[in-house]
Amino acid sequence: MADKKTLTFALMDPPYENARSTTALRLINIAAKRGYDINVFAYEGSVFLAFAMQKPHPNAMHGRNVEEENHVLTKELVSSLMQEAMRNGGKIDWVNCGLCVDERGAVEAVEGVRRGSPADFLKMAATSDNTLVIVTRG
Amino acid sequence: MANYLFIESRDPYGSNDTQFCCDLAKQLAQQGDAVTVFLVQNGVFPARAGARADELSALAKAGIEILADEFSLRERGIPTDRLTAGVKPAPLDVVIDRLADGCKAIWH
Repeated sequence: MADKKTLTFALMDPPYENARSTTALRLINIAAKRGYDINVFAYEGSVFLAFAMQKPHPNAMHGRNVEEENHVLTKELVSSLMQEAMRNGGKIDWVNCGLCVDERGAVEAVEGVRRGSPADFLKMAATSDNTLVIVTRG
Repeated sequence: MANYLFIESRDPYGSNDTQFCCDLAKQLAQQGDAVTVFLVQNGVFPARAGARADELSALAKAGIEILADEFSLRERGIPTDRLTAGVKPAPLDVVIDRLADGCKAIWH
């Protein structure tokens, strides 16, 4: 693909708390559908986006069981994005900040996610066509 | 001339720090840079026709392109045919387009 690009995204927000996570995953999805190579550096709470221990739950308040609730799990979205990128000739290199993982005990991550450090983010940014840092609210 | 993309995710009613984004965008436009402001999430609230939107009016007067994420508008029940003057609805794909083109992108 002549116009194949490499984009890097730095994320900071944990799942289920802010629309920034949704927007970030939407952006990555668009890039994955184009077959771009995508780097993701997950920092701070965003290491939980790919946390393998996430579980769906029922919703007693609304009387729905697990199947009816059909709870969205971000770990599945991350896996799905990786598959989407591969289907379109691209790839996602998803790096969880190791210190952020250890602090939070978020050690188990879905397949394809690797552990790294801010040095990886520097390398990603230096070798990408562009980088977007989605900062958490200060 | 550089190309800048400001991605504004905050609205001026719930955040007191959206003005600097507007000021910086205007300054860059005044020095001849191409600037686009892309509104997303609650950032689309001031794009409603009739809403107090002094900052957006100032951006439009400065000739800055202002786009509002269609999904964020739809989520908040804001029809695309009822946007304040100078704001156009756009898909989020525009952000990826601009990133791919090497635009300097700043998330706020």
